[in-house]
Amino acid sequence: MTILPAHDTAAPRTDPASVRPRALSRKATGADAVFEHGARLVGASVLVVTGGVALFLGWQSVPTLQRYGLGFFTTQEWSPETDTIGIAAVLTGTLTVAAVAMVIAFPLALLTALFIAEYAPARARATLVALVDLMAAVPSIIYGLWGGRLIMPYAGELALFLQKHLGWIPVFDVRGSDPNAAVPDATRYVASAFCAGIAVSMMVMPMACAVMRQVFSQTPPGEKEAALALGATRWGMISAVVLPFGRGGIIGGTMLALGRALGETIAVVLIVSPAFEIKWNVLEIGTETVSALIAGRFGDASTGQLSALLTAGFVLFLITLVVNTLAAIIVNRSRSGAGAEA
Amino acid sequence: MTTLPAPPRASEADAATAHQPAAHQAGTHQPGTHLPQADPDAPPATPLATLGRPTADELFRRYGAWVAAAGLAYLLTQQVLPLPGVPWFLITFFCFGLLTTAVLAATDGGWIEVKNRVVEATVTGGALVVGLALVSTLGFILLQGWRPLLHLNFFTQDMSGVGWASELDQGGILHAIVGSLIELSIALVVTLPLGIGTAVFMTEVGGRFARLVRTVVEAMTALPSIVAGLFVYTVWILTLGMPQSGLAAGLAISVMMLPIIARAADVVLRVVPGNLREASLALGASRWKTVWHVVLPTARPGLATAVILGVARGVGETSPVLLTSGASDYLNVHPTQNTMNSLPLFIFKLVLSGEPNAVLRAYGAATVLLLLVLALFVVARVAARPRKGTSVAARVRGLVRPRRRTAATPDTTPGTTPASTPGTTHPDTPSEETR
Repeated sequence: MTILPAHDTAAPRTDPASVRPRALSRKATGADAVFEHGARLVGASVLVVTGGVALFLGWQSVPTLQRYGLGFFTTQEWSPETDTIGIAAVLTGTLTVAAVAMVIAFPLALLTALFIAEYAPARARATLVALVDLMAAVPSIIYGLWGGRLIMPYAGELALFLQKHLGWIPVFDVRGSDPNAAVPDATRYVASAFCAGIAVSMMVMPMACAVMRQVFSQTPPGEKEAALALGATRWGMISAVVLPFGRGGIIGGTMLALGRALGETIAVVLIVSPAFEIKWNVLEIGTETVSALIAGRFGDASTGQLSALLTAGFVLFLITLVVNTLAAIIVNRSRSGAGAEA
Repeated sequence: MTTLPAPPRASEADAATAHQPAAHQAGTHQPGTHLPQADPDAPPATPLATLGRPTADELFRRYGAWVAAAGLAYLLTQQVLPLPGVPWFLITFFCFGLLTTAVLAATDGGWIEVKNRVVEATVTGGALVVGLALVSTLGFILLQGWRPLLHLNFFTQDMSGVGWASELDQGGILHAIVGSLIELSIALVVTLPLGIGTAVFMTEVGGRFARLVRTVVEAMTALPSIVAGLFVYTVWILTLGMPQSGLAAGLAISVMMLPIIARAADVVLRVVPGNLREASLALGASRWKTVWHVVLPTARPGLATAVILGVARGVGETSPVLLTSGASDYLNVHPTQNTMNSLPLFIFKLVLSGEPNAVLRAYGAATVLLLLVLALFVVARVAARPRKGTSVAARVRGLVRPRRRTAATPDTTPGTTPASTPGTTHPDTPSEETR
């Protein structure tokens, strides 16, 4: 039972003109203010740390760019001994490895996401999701060992086969080796961008798959049931409802994976043999990526070279940043991305 | 106009059966709706055994296609063409499987059915390839690395005075395990308060500055880990003149992990229902108490997952450690003095050396690292599960001072007994946790 306050008629009447509305303030007082300022302090310190890294890298790039100018982006060689330093070759190498990785990872991620979201029995779904997450948590050095020791011989055979039968396509050509020789030179077909791409693809596939699966699972069930009720087969339902709904997630997840593929280091260091040359022969031995270059050269670098390495890292960071930002925008703009954690 | 016959009631069943056929015959030209008659002598209805399930015929066609494909692939690779080896067999098997599936689908459906079946086979095949990759990765590492694990000294000794190529009964990876744990602890001490604190700031305080922080943090997740290592190497070691040490490695891992954990925690905190916050504030709790007793406990499973997955990522990263920690061969428990080793770095160095015994040791260390990540992963899964019997009421108990019945406040109204205060809500209150 609630007791309402009784109107006290004996109370002195207040003049209505003197009653002003209480001033409302959202400003925190007392303990709340302490909390708010404390939280703001933490946020500011994180801003300083993370933003400081970006600013520092940019600041370090200035002397390098002053010294080498635009030639830094067009020179292929990285030979500090002769003071010829450029990242044209390593940048294209980075893009090549990432492109190979995405060519392998994209279809696998899409198929796996579709399988988990639409084809797998409902009971197995949680386990499959956990397995994909587990793949994302496996350290990159382990994928490096897997790619470099277990897969590389097979990848070499496949490369030989591709050159033999599709060698007229420039991408599949391997210079300096005759595939029709009695004993082809097997060493020309390993330690290539293709081999590194396989290992990197295994690293980035789970990421793309997780984003895609999440948007697929958010497809409105009503629309799926409507398609099925109209007589669509399962593929008809997927192609008419699930894939259009998840388009933003597919593109965004792929780009997030691309961003990670661009920065992958250890697997590439373990697999490729360094070569500073712009080339599109992905099956041929030798390539180099920005991150592998940093890992290989930081130890014996002078101050100037270190600043050049930092500049290369900064360029890599900018590329990844653009790719990731685009991915986030695409996922968030899409119909399905409202609740997706991209 | 059609008049619907009234539905026969159970008691009138006999009357209806006697009456209705007559009515039907009397007006045959008049369309009407007829309700099925209850037949007391009919056998009980048998439920459909295969509702929604494929029939035996369909199952035969689905799996028979793949059996046929296996035979064809065997014929082609082993008998007709010189394509030895398991990989070629699997590739031709898959192609023939798609072909036979398509042909069999064409026999009982049109082009639409063919597409449906072929896509189904392709999707399943793609998922199997991924599963095979995961199994082969785990299996390969375990198969290569189980032998060093049989030696107890592998876990209890370090590599000081032991050559990398020496036999497996000498030396071990104790220094790498301890180093990894120390570096990870440093990284956790830095990132846990800062990362979750930033997430709290971004979600609970908000404002223009919080948006700026969120933008920068999201941008920094794009930072390649090697660049984080290079940053710490340049600033901490070259500019400040500090030695290569476990502390530097821990800082490098922190720089890499901080944006990841802050962002993941931000996502988790954002989905905490706003009405929980409002309820807590309406009860008079301060903002800090609301965060500490309501928001963080509600998001606890998600936060645990975010942190543990961040740790799993941090423990496996080689590139930041490679630049900053050096690589000692002896056990070093001082994070600030001398160089320190860690599991990924140990693996990396030994694999590059190429000596058979060193590589074997590296695989042993890789197995340990993999098991460590697996264990962290399982812990994350368990932590993500909501705790049983934890209701919102139990969690907000600390917020409200327990109300005591004293003589000074006589209980005149039964409606305001403490039964309605949050602290004593019935324990069966359904949990608000939706995860």
